[in-house]
Order: sequence, then C-alpha cells, then structure tokens
Amino acid sequence: MHIVDGALAPEVLIGGGGLAVAGLGLGLRKLPIDKIPATGVLSATFFVASLIHVPVGPSSVHLIMSGLAGLVLGWTAFPALFVGLLLQAIFFGFGGLTVLGVNTVNIAFPAVLAGLLFRGMVARVPPVPAAVLGGVAGAFSIALTTLFVAIALGLSGDAFIPAAKLVFFAHIPIMIVEGLVSAASVYLIAKVKPALLQPADPVEDFQMQAAVLRANQAEQTPNG
Amino acid sequence: MSHLFGHDHPLNVKAGVGNPIAFVERFDPRARVLAACVFAIVVVALQQIEFALCALALAAMTMSLTDPPWRVTLKRMAAMDGFIIVMLIMLPFTTPGTPMFTVFGAEASKEGLMHAILVGIRANAVVLMMLSLLAGMTPVTLGHALYRLKCPAALVHLMMFTVRYISVLHDEYHRLRMAMKLRGFKARNNAHTYRSFGYLFGMLVVRSLERAERVLEAMKCRGFSGHFPLIDDMAFRRRDGLFAVIFLALITALVLLDRIYVFAY
Repeated sequence: MHIVDGALAPEVLIGGGGLAVAGLGLGLRKLPIDKIPATGVLSATFFVASLIHVPVGPSSVHLIMSGLAGLVLGWTAFPALFVGLLLQAIFFGFGGLTVLGVNTVNIAFPAVLAGLLFRGMVARVPPVPAAVLGGVAGAFSIALTTLFVAIALGLSGDAFIPAAKLVFFAHIPIMIVEGLVSAASVYLIAKVKPALLQPADPVEDFQMQAAVLRANQAEQTPNG
Repeated sequence: MSHLFGHDHPLNVKAGVGNPIAFVERFDPRARVLAACVFAIVVVALQQIEFALCALALAAMTMSLTDPPWRVTLKRMAAMDGFIIVMLIMLPFTTPGTPMFTVFGAEASKEGLMHAILVGIRANAVVLMMLSLLAGMTPVTLGHALYRLKCPAALVHLMMFTVRYISVLHDEYHRLRMAMKLRGFKARNNAHTYRSFGYLFGMLVVRSLERAERVLEAMKCRGFSGHFPLIDDMAFRRRDGLFAVIFLALITALVLLDRIYVFAY
C-alpha cells in the first residue's frame, strides 16, 4: 500500500504534496483544542491497527481501518492518519519522505470520504444495519485507496500500469477482510458507545468554538 | 514501555541516556530533519544510476556514523525492499525498448531493467539516509524539531499525543489478545476470526476514547489552554552549520553532475 521514494514522477509527488497540505489545513481547522487529546489517542489507536496482523489465506495482512477512522473522526482523520504515516515513514522506513504527501492522500482522503458518505446513515440506524454500513465503508475506503495508488503509479509512467493493475487485484481479499473487521467493530461500537459514531451536534460545536475563543484569550494573558 | 520505535525510553528528549552518543546524534535535530528532506528531494530527481549509487554510498556512510548495531536499520530497509520487489521485477517486462532476454514468452527490455534498478537504488538511498539521520532521535525530539521548524502547533501536539499513547494502546491490545488466547481463540481463516478481531479493535477504540476523556479532564484540571510549552535545549552551533554546508555541497555536486551528464550524453 505504501509507495516508496523514487518510483513516482515529480508532478505526481508535487500534486500529492499539495493535496496533502490542503487536506491537513482543512483537517486542522476542524480540530478544536478540546479534541486534540481524543484525536491523538484515536490516531494512536489506528497506528496500533497497523500492528495487528490478521490471517488471510496462507499469509497475513495488517489492519488499516481507515474507513472506521473516517467514521469516528470525520475530517480530522486526515491529520490523524498523516501523523501515523509520518511516524511509520521515519521510524520504520515504510514509504518515504517525498511520497509522504501522496501516501497521505491515498489513505486519508478515502477515509474522510467514507466518513462523509456513511457517518450520517450509521448514526441513525440500529446496530445491525450500522454494522453493514460500517463494513461497506471499510471496504470502500480500501478500494478507493488501492485505486488511488494505482492512479498515482499509472500517472507516473505507462510502464507502471500493469503493476498498478496487479496492486488493485491483489488487494481485493484485503478489502473483504477489512470490510468484515470494520463491520464487527462498528457493531460493537454501536452497541457499547454509540456516541462515538454520532456526528458533532451544533450545540457541542458552539461549545468547542467557545473553548477556542477562551483559549485565545488565555493565550493573550501571560500564563505558564 | 514497548520498544516500537527502537528506543528504550521513547518519551525522553535525549536518546540513549548514559550511552556514548553517536556522531550523527551530536548534530542539531533541525539540521538533520532538513538534511533528510533535501536529500530525499534531490535523490528522487537523479536520473543516472551512477549518481544514484553515489547517493546510496553517501547514505551508507551516514549510517556508518550512527550507533553500531546497524542490524535494525538494514532489516527495515530489507522490509521496504520486500514491498517493492514485485513492482521492480515487473518493470523490465512492461517497458518498451530493446529486448534483452525472454522469460515465458515475455520480453524484458534493457530500458526497463535500468529503470527498475534506478528506482530500487533511489528508494534504498532515501530510506537509508532517513533511518540514519532521523530514526536515532526519539519521537519527542522529532516533535520538538518540527515545532521549531514552524510546523503548526496543533499538528505537533497531535503527534505528541499519538506517540505518547501508541505504546499504551499497544499494551492494551496485548492484554485483550492475551484474554482471547486464554479463552482458546486461535486466528484462522474464518468469519469468527474476523468478527473477533473486529470486536477487539472496536473495544480498543472505545477504551481509547474513554481514556482520552479522562486525559482531557486531567488536562483541563491543570489549566490546559491549547498550548503546551515545548521545552528543549536545541542550539544551532558551528558544527551544525558546518554539517549543513558540507552536506549541501555534496548533494548539490551530485545533482549538478547528474544534470551535466544528462545534457552531455
């Protein structure tokens, strides 16, 4: 899923970097200071997801769970997943520095899109249909991610197109597994803590804004 | 504390307290972050295999100046090569050009092989340099360096929280997994496994959010107003400037030679 440095054309790298910066800016604007701890902890959770290996056929794959990240975090999934990818790139050597933008867009944008598409519906229905929708969201975001990877490779040269096709078809079992695991996760969350899947309501949003205003005022007074 | 990031104390500002400090570790983290970024940008622009090899040699030289057990670094590089090997093997067969040899009726072209080798060398050079320059610092130092390099504070705080809780949640995952094991769960290829992993991860999310609520309460209790003081003792000294100049001169020479070569031939 990670593309490495050196394969993509400069235009693709710059385009991906620009989109990633835009997405990060938008995601950070939707991240009030009250939400930073929760988002950080969830970002850590999705990092841990990438350390969980699930058997698929004779081999095993690690979870990505970007669909669920989108459902739970919405737009803030963008910075949350970016942080995870940054840490993976620097400390584990997965992916690289110049492709960080492209990789972030490939993983985080489908997550955000899955969140925007399915969040409203998931919040309104009982657990079982919510689980089905969650599964669809999980499989959808992985499918979109592989599609984006394929597009990024295809745009970098015609020679990559067969490899891009291979990437897409090799990921079909992963889509299915991610869908099943996401469905079960959403079912459990809908049963145990349905508030996690509810979109933020306007009153709460206002309170967040108030917190930001208070923080700005606090910053102007000399403190610590 | 888990050893995910390859540090005994990933939350310390200083890496490897008490151990003798490696040569690379003595330079300012900001200079290292910038150097790794510039190196990556330059190397992916290189067009000639010879100069890409020079870049790889430069990265290997940098690695030799880090802490001696290089096994981890090389292992991670090998893991990355595992990712790309399929793509590299396919390239010669999908690039049109002068045919070189045939495997099962598919013709491999010389241009494709060269391109595959070039991509492989560039990828390895960047990853090796990045792991050598940056993986030695703790995640917290990296956060401080990014903050000093004018990254948005919200992003740096987000990263700090992530780093702080990855090990906590990884331990939590191991606890849940142990409980499953005690109940006779074995991962297989069936719906039960996927459902169990889904419940496991869902539980992890729920618990992490409850933990986040407690964290926020505790922070509010201590007067959190959206800003952490990030205290560090980074200082850009003469040797950092020297490092920057030498590094810049080397990679400028590399990219200039590469371009001259392209124009000349």
